Amino acid sequence: MKRFIPLFVFLALAGFFYWRIVLIDKGDMPNDIPSVMIDKPAPAFNLPNLYEGKPAFASSGLKGHVTLLNFFASWCVDCRIEHPFLSQLKGHGAVLAGVDYEDKNADGQAWLEKHGNPYDTVVTDKDGRTAINFGLYGVPETYIIDKQGIIRYKQTGPMTPDVIAKTILPLVERLAK
Amino acid sequence: MKHLLRIAVLLFCLAPVAAHAVLPDEMLANPALEKRAEAIDAQLRCPVCQGESIADSGAALAHDLRLLVRQRLLKGDTDRQAVQYIVARYGDFVLMKPPLDKDTLALWAGPAVILLLAALAGWRFLRTKAPPAQELSQKEKDLLAKLEREEGGDA
Repeated sequence: MKRFIPLFVFLALAGFFYWRIVLIDKGDMPNDIPSVMIDKPAPAFNLPNLYEGKPAFASSGLKGHVTLLNFFASWCVDCRIEHPFLSQLKGHGAVLAGVDYEDKNADGQAWLEKHGNPYDTVVTDKDGRTAINFGLYGVPETYIIDKQGIIRYKQTGPMTPDVIAKTILPLVERLAK
Repeated sequence: MKHLLRIAVLLFCLAPVAAHAVLPDEMLANPALEKRAEAIDAQLRCPVCQGESIADSGAALAHDLRLLVRQRLLKGDTDRQAVQYIVARYGDFVLMKPPLDKDTLALWAGPAVILLLAALAGWRFLRTKAPPAQELSQKEKDLLAKLEREEGGDA
């Protein structure tokens, strides 16, 4: 019996590693840190529009509709991966708001000119202070905010068609009811 | 040669200072406040790099957080309040030294438990006596006698 102990230890370890691989496959990455902002009211902000003369976007404007707040930047490589899929978010009852993070207006505008502008409104967070208030780690990052202005979900990193279809849109449609 | 050695020692002493990422334009004019800010920086983990404090990290977000810490101190926050301000946004994860609670119990108690188990195993190992030598059976005695005889015969 005793000589089987190493085998049992091996099987237990192998089982543990397999379990972690399955979890990672399901999207539970060990380096993803859960946001403390979920189920909390969105922090107050008032951000100027990326385009001169267009209206600013403030946290007071979150009430009454679901908002997808998408932080991006022209210097951000992963944002280019995500960008073509943003149009899939339209037409599901949510306002798609872009926040150009720590970027020059001209660069942000040129980037949207080149890759298309799917946003209902685009504002800028020059010093990144609003981003910190949201607990942002990096760009791209997307927050789903419900009709009462409460943060319900955070997508860290680019949204893939898979994430959009399986997670984002079902939640948006549920919150928009 | 001696000169070179001195330079090497000096450079070596400077190395940790060079690793410090606080930029001159971030520093507060008030040295007492700046010292407090730097102590806070060392306690806060950079959310992007994860292994570094915001004092050591060159990441843009670490830069923003250092500025924020200094701004909070200028507004009259205590050290605790300034740290709490950032924890409220990024969670306990941003603390280099996580607080002891049910989620971190294994983290804090783990090394002590493993040390205890190792000490227990070591103690048991040292206490185990070698089994007492057994009497030879009659068959073994005969064999031994035979071998000894053969040995004697050859010599």
